[in-house]
Amino acid sequence: MDLHYTPEEEAFREEIRDFLREKLPPELAAKVRGGKRLTKADHERWHAILSAAGYLAVNWPRAYGGTGWSPVQRHIFDEETAAAGAPAVLAFGVNMVAPVLMKFGTQAQKDYYLPRILDGSDWWCQGYSEPGAGSDLAGLKTRAERDGEHYVVNGQKTWTTLGQYANKIFCLVRTDPQAKKQEGISFLLIDMTTPGITVRPIITLDGGREVNEVFFDNVLVPVENLVGEENKGWPCAKYLLTHERTGIAGIGQAKAALQHLKSVAGRQLKHGRPLTEDPTFARRIARVEIDLMALETTNLRVIAEAQSGGAPGAESSLLKINGSVLRQEITDLLRRSVGPYALPFLSELMDAETNQTPVGPAEAAPLAAEYFNRRKLSIYGGSNEIQKTIVAKAILGL
Amino acid sequence: MRFTLSQEQALLRDTVARLVRERFGFEARLKTLESAAGFDRDVWREFAEIGLLGAPFGEEVGGFGGGGVELMTVMRELGRGLLLEPYLASVVLAGSLIERLGTPEQCSDYLRPMIAGEALLAFAHGEPDSRYALEQVATRAVATSGGWRLDGRKSVVLHGGEANTLVVSARTAGAQDDEKGIGLFLLPCDAMGLSLHPYPTIDGLRAAELELDGVVIPAEAALGEPGTAYSAIEAAVARGLVALCGEAVGAMETCCDMTLDYLKQRKQFGVTIGSFQVLQHRMVDLRGLLEQARSMAILAAGRLDGERAERERAVSAAKNLIGRAGRTIAEESIQLHGGIGMTWEYALPHFAKRLVMIDHLLGDEDHHLDRFVMLERAASAAPPLSAVN
Repeated sequence: MDLHYTPEEEAFREEIRDFLREKLPPELAAKVRGGKRLTKADHERWHAILSAAGYLAVNWPRAYGGTGWSPVQRHIFDEETAAAGAPAVLAFGVNMVAPVLMKFGTQAQKDYYLPRILDGSDWWCQGYSEPGAGSDLAGLKTRAERDGEHYVVNGQKTWTTLGQYANKIFCLVRTDPQAKKQEGISFLLIDMTTPGITVRPIITLDGGREVNEVFFDNVLVPVENLVGEENKGWPCAKYLLTHERTGIAGIGQAKAALQHLKSVAGRQLKHGRPLTEDPTFARRIARVEIDLMALETTNLRVIAEAQSGGAPGAESSLLKINGSVLRQEITDLLRRSVGPYALPFLSELMDAETNQTPVGPAEAAPLAAEYFNRRKLSIYGGSNEIQKTIVAKAILGL
Repeated sequence: MRFTLSQEQALLRDTVARLVRERFGFEARLKTLESAAGFDRDVWREFAEIGLLGAPFGEEVGGFGGGGVELMTVMRELGRGLLLEPYLASVVLAGSLIERLGTPEQCSDYLRPMIAGEALLAFAHGEPDSRYALEQVATRAVATSGGWRLDGRKSVVLHGGEANTLVVSARTAGAQDDEKGIGLFLLPCDAMGLSLHPYPTIDGLRAAELELDGVVIPAEAALGEPGTAYSAIEAAVARGLVALCGEAVGAMETCCDMTLDYLKQRKQFGVTIGSFQVLQHRMVDLRGLLEQARSMAILAAGRLDGERAERERAVSAAKNLIGRAGRTIAEESIQLHGGIGMTWEYALPHFAKRLVMIDHLLGDEDHHLDRFVMLERAASAAPPLSAVN
């Protein structure tokens, strides 16, 4: 047993640090650290920088233009980019649709779509959730009927993250309404500019626009946009969900948030002393820090397992549950750290370009909104309750 | 980074696991804990025969040079079987101190017989008012013409009543809470002026209260340079913490296994209770806690042989998390078992009791949380705030 990184891994970490020092725009890092809203241009800019360095597709094989990195390297990359304040790479193209295309797509689909993900031509969004389905993924109703060389798509998707920026959406659609729930589903790639598609914002509880409803009204989709076989989309859907995702525990983000918490709390006063010296608050911080040490080690154990060939299965559900709860707790402490200044809600202050005068400490403005926003962590990607049921069945055999 | 055991470590684990399977039956345990010694001398002899009593010590004193990972591995297996034997008291705590501070003569007089299974040691450090603070020592050691005179009280000394030799801490100088001025002394259990009050503990082990009333010992009974023992005590306690964390993880594993089996077998309302989602999710929560506890035991074990700051941070973090996880797993295992979880004749509640009591040994979750805060503060020494944001 050896808890240390190898010299090669340490060298790799230095390489990533050098890259971040050189290439991560300081104003972008400041926005991320300050909890400001990122614009479409911000995301695209960072995406292009990573792509130019060959660091965008961290879990793709080299053959497709990925890094070919080991799980440990990916972990180090996640940790360093988060610590430096880099924006998180949006998963929809790189980590969700791409692996499905690599496994189930035609050569033509791979040749066309994968390079467009790397060079930023396409911004993908996800068309899984529906109003009546949610975590019951196979309960979807959106219909696709074959009509010659096209599918005619009708229905509605929801919770479509950043769909307002996307030009492509991957969708689960029902192609055989008579078949059993999971058997009549197909996986379709749809161009968002096709006539009949309407995107409507859903404003979330923090006042932000992150998610959307997407409506399909007789949308014509060429049959060559089908991935895999008709009515056999469920394996694609599941592969996407269970496909090995690094960083599901969010260790890098949690570490960065903990650092931010210590620095914010260190500037707040209680009885004239920094809040970090208040025994109660210091203990709360210490407890999440210890939980994070444990979770990081658990994560590394799973990674080491993956490295030596074992496939991370339901363990990733445990990481997701623990990681999301931990990150929620850190945002809870961040909100508490500014006391009554968690109350003012000045939405423009969450954008970087604003002339509005802050109320209270400038860094306080996004904290309560961030806390409310992070409630999503235990809901999306299969709620924590769904994850627990997966663990109960797959690991515990209940 | 590697989380798998080496071949030698895996062999050690398998050996101990077999011993636990063969010799740690629950019926036998119930009988043993009622016996006079409170543990099984035959099992202890087997420990000695397979070299277990020398596991953490260097080869020059007759051990086989194991480190933190070996210690954690051994204790985890012993924890799965809920040992009654004085491994923590004799081998890990007192033995470590003699190895670290003892002269070659002391090692051969006290450590070797202990490793051979011929004598037992105990570490008498805690006092009625010291709670878990290692630097709180009120017992005095006053130099006399031929040696030392000890006066004071020691409390909840693990296996103090069974030991042949006690390693006793006493203050040679300084205020009651000074790290400097603490000495360690080797005291025979039949020393004049020493009274011992042994008793059983709620988790089935043995402990004793000690009164030292003008106990006179020769100069060569001092272990190390009198007055400078603090860092050795801290290091021995770190070893004890890794041992306890390993033991706790083993006990948690048994609790979780038994509870999961119960959920799969016990029927109510015509179905197994494990088919109820609310119970499934509670079981998953326990499994998540167990995984976190395992990680912390590994982390503490891996840092034990490193430098002090890293070691202390890791062991305090581990003991805090394992204290929390152990209590929850103990309470939930009892709850999920229902009434059967409340009965003396069933093994599960005995594991649960041990888990809760481990939190009372060498510092509970609150103590180690405070200590973690203190260590962090000392380590960070106020970095410039501008560097962070």
